[in-house]
Amino acid sequence: MTGRRMPRLAAVAIAAILAVTLGGCASNVGGPRPAASGTPAESAPEPQPATITVFAAASLTEAFDELATQFEAAHPWAEVVLNYGGSGTLAQQIAEGAPVDVFASAAEPPMRSVVDAGLAVDPVVFATNTLELVVPAGNPGAVTGLDDLANPSLRIALCDVSVPCGAASEKLLAQQGVTAAPDTLESDVKAVLTKVSLGEVDAALVYRTDVRSAGDAIEGIEVPDAASVVNRYQVAVLTDAAEPETAASFVSFVTGAQGRSVLDGHGFGAP
Amino acid sequence: MARSTVHAPGRLAWPVAVLAVGGLAVLVLPIVALVARAPWADLPELLARESVIAALVLSFGTAIVATAVCLVLGVPLAALLARASAWPTLPRRLLRAAVTVPLVLPPVVGGIALLLLLGRRGLIGSALEQWLGVTIPFTTGAVVIAQVFVSLPFLVFAVEGALRSADRRTELAAATLGASRWQVFRHVTLPLVAPGVAAGAVLCFTRALGEFGATITFAGSLPGVTRTLPIASYLAMQTDPDEAVALALLLLAVSIAVLLGLRDRWLPGVRG
Repeated sequence: MTGRRMPRLAAVAIAAILAVTLGGCASNVGGPRPAASGTPAESAPEPQPATITVFAAASLTEAFDELATQFEAAHPWAEVVLNYGGSGTLAQQIAEGAPVDVFASAAEPPMRSVVDAGLAVDPVVFATNTLELVVPAGNPGAVTGLDDLANPSLRIALCDVSVPCGAASEKLLAQQGVTAAPDTLESDVKAVLTKVSLGEVDAALVYRTDVRSAGDAIEGIEVPDAASVVNRYQVAVLTDAAEPETAASFVSFVTGAQGRSVLDGHGFGAP
Repeated sequence: MARSTVHAPGRLAWPVAVLAVGGLAVLVLPIVALVARAPWADLPELLARESVIAALVLSFGTAIVATAVCLVLGVPLAALLARASAWPTLPRRLLRAAVTVPLVLPPVVGGIALLLLLGRRGLIGSALEQWLGVTIPFTTGAVVIAQVFVSLPFLVFAVEGALRSADRRTELAAATLGASRWQVFRHVTLPLVAPGVAAGAVLCFTRALGEFGATITFAGSLPGVTRTLPIASYLAMQTDPDEAVALALLLLAVSIAVLLGLRDRWLPGVRG
């Protein structure tokens, strides 16, 4: 009796584990599920439900959230799962085999590393962005311009040079002859923005588009010549995409007229 | 009815054995991959880089200071916790929960909480800046504070366990012989629980060395000031995976050295 009971218990345990893991996968997928549409025989023209995974630069967070919602509204059978992060981290995760359909990078180098690895072809530039100096609401450090970033008595946050916003910051500072005295070099632009909105730093360099998204907690200060350092955002369907057709139509959507108007609304420049 | 077969008590039923091997694979395979993918040939060059050495020095320095702080604050806290077994239920449970929370809290949440307490606009931090002109975030001190926050419970629980299992009669004897409470604690209780304190200190040190989430949230990331080994490894992964793996190997080597050094002496879990 006892000898036979054990395998059954184990089978139940394995089934439970599978149920939990699979259930977990399913519940990760947000958004509306496509409605079942009758029997397969009578609804042949209806496209198959498709879920695409999009890895996008942290600075695209608000814009891509909106784009994904609009895309799903226009393509009811499709679902878009978004993951945001530093472009370099995302490129690395793709190189390590993350199951991704679309990659949107904040600059050329991370996309190039993915293309060089043979994981994507023909990336398209779909938006541009420039930097802006930001301070917490009320400007406690009395910051007036880029030169203040060299002031060691002010708390300064910049992006680390390993991520696109950091590379752009370094270029802009070098171009303007400013030797910055940062107190922290963050791993993505949203982390920099958080430190500014919490008032933990007196000034930081972030993207123009982030100034809009952060609302009243921060103030932007226009930097003359900031427009000379431009980040070009690139998007591509990955060669290993599980849903290449839906992925391609998402990319066309982003690069098309509707995508353009959403990106405009969030302050991104035209390519 | 007599049973025809008797299972040897030392043998596991096959489903248990299969799942155990699965569990072991989950723990061991990532480490195997790390070692297999390591850029061994370039390792000396990678580890000699200025950025790596800066992170190494900072990590060891802060983890040692954090461990010292944990000892000074944690041993008395463990004594209080052990004494609390005589308390009424509610305060006893509240005290235990307060010590346990940092253990189960995601470190990033700990970092946010520290920022809201000690940041420039924090509960205490705003007063510190106003009255003393001191700001804590983005300093090496902030790294130590984050490490103490996450590693203190490890020390407290190790010492508390030792205190509970220690023979209290020696303390009683010392007290009857006229020793003051401090003398009893210093000359009887502490030597009695020394192995527990040492084990706790080592756990505390390794946890502090590996601290990432609370540090990057509360202390930021600046080379030589707040960029510890785990943060340097995370950032290197974006641009130079070889350097990231080298840093990871370094942390792994330290952990293994600590385990080997301890062996069965202090840690009950790593006998054999």
